[in-house]
Amino acid sequence: MNELVTTRTKAAEEPRVARRGLRVLTVEAIGPVTILGGIVWAFAQPYRVTFFYPEGKGAWDWFVQPPLLVVLVGLLFALVVAPGLVDDLERSSHEDAAAG
Amino acid sequence: MLPRAEIAHWLFAAGFLFFALVLLAEAIVGPDVFRRRPWRAYLWPSLLLFGGVWLWVIAIYSTFSTLHLLAHALWAQAAIAAGVVQLAVVRGRLVAPAWSLVTAAGLFVSGISFLVHEQNGWLFARSAFLHHLIGWTLVVAVLFPLGAALRPRWSVWAYGFAVTWIAVSVMLFSDRDVAPIFGHLSELAGRAPVP
Repeated sequence: MNELVTTRTKAAEEPRVARRGLRVLTVEAIGPVTILGGIVWAFAQPYRVTFFYPEGKGAWDWFVQPPLLVVLVGLLFALVVAPGLVDDLERSSHEDAAAG
Repeated sequence: MLPRAEIAHWLFAAGFLFFALVLLAEAIVGPDVFRRRPWRAYLWPSLLLFGGVWLWVIAIYSTFSTLHLLAHALWAQAAIAAGVVQLAVVRGRLVAPAWSLVTAAGLFVSGISFLVHEQNGWLFARSAFLHHLIGWTLVVAVLFPLGAALRPRWSVWAYGFAVTWIAVSVMLFSDRDVAPIFGHLSELAGRAPVP
């Protein structure tokens, strides 16, 4: 066996491993992409962020600022949901490899 | 001090966006990996139940219009019914893919409620336009849970369902109580109704 000739098991395993790698990358990207979307939105429509246009705004306007809500959702996903999901995906990959 | 309707819509938009990201993640990793941690498995049924309870709160404050009250009460019931069924699915009490039909019915009822309770035309104002658009989006999205009931192995239904909620979230974030759509705004929009 060398880098050109591998066992059939290994050859079949490689695309599966690559697919799992892509899944990990996608799950890790969801949060940052959402955060980026919120930041781009805040720059595109600054009047929807009360911090930039505070005149005549009420308490609810300070509490609910749509682009910042998007950033918050992205942060929540990236910090709370994604890390455990990536861990479990990688663990499942190792378990599959160990099971053969 | 009650929030304006648009503020309630933006809060729901944020909730739906989080809900959509969770569903998208589940579609990407598959239900087996997603349900390895119990809190994650219970996340989206809990979000549905939480959303249903909040819709009841909105229904209580929608007394300015019978149609609004009925529509929000119907959504609340649909969300709670779908949440309860999903909870039973996660706990393993319900295993048949056909239970996905409850979600399909919930979506259909929600879509029709959106369409029925908007009494103005598409181009009256942005809020009217978005009510029509969200209503039809939900009616078309019935296809995804319906497909999941008939062809449960196809992952396209899970992706489609998640993307639907991202779209609904974007539409709700775009909502303003009175704003033009495509440069057009009815002269009557935003005025006090004639007694």
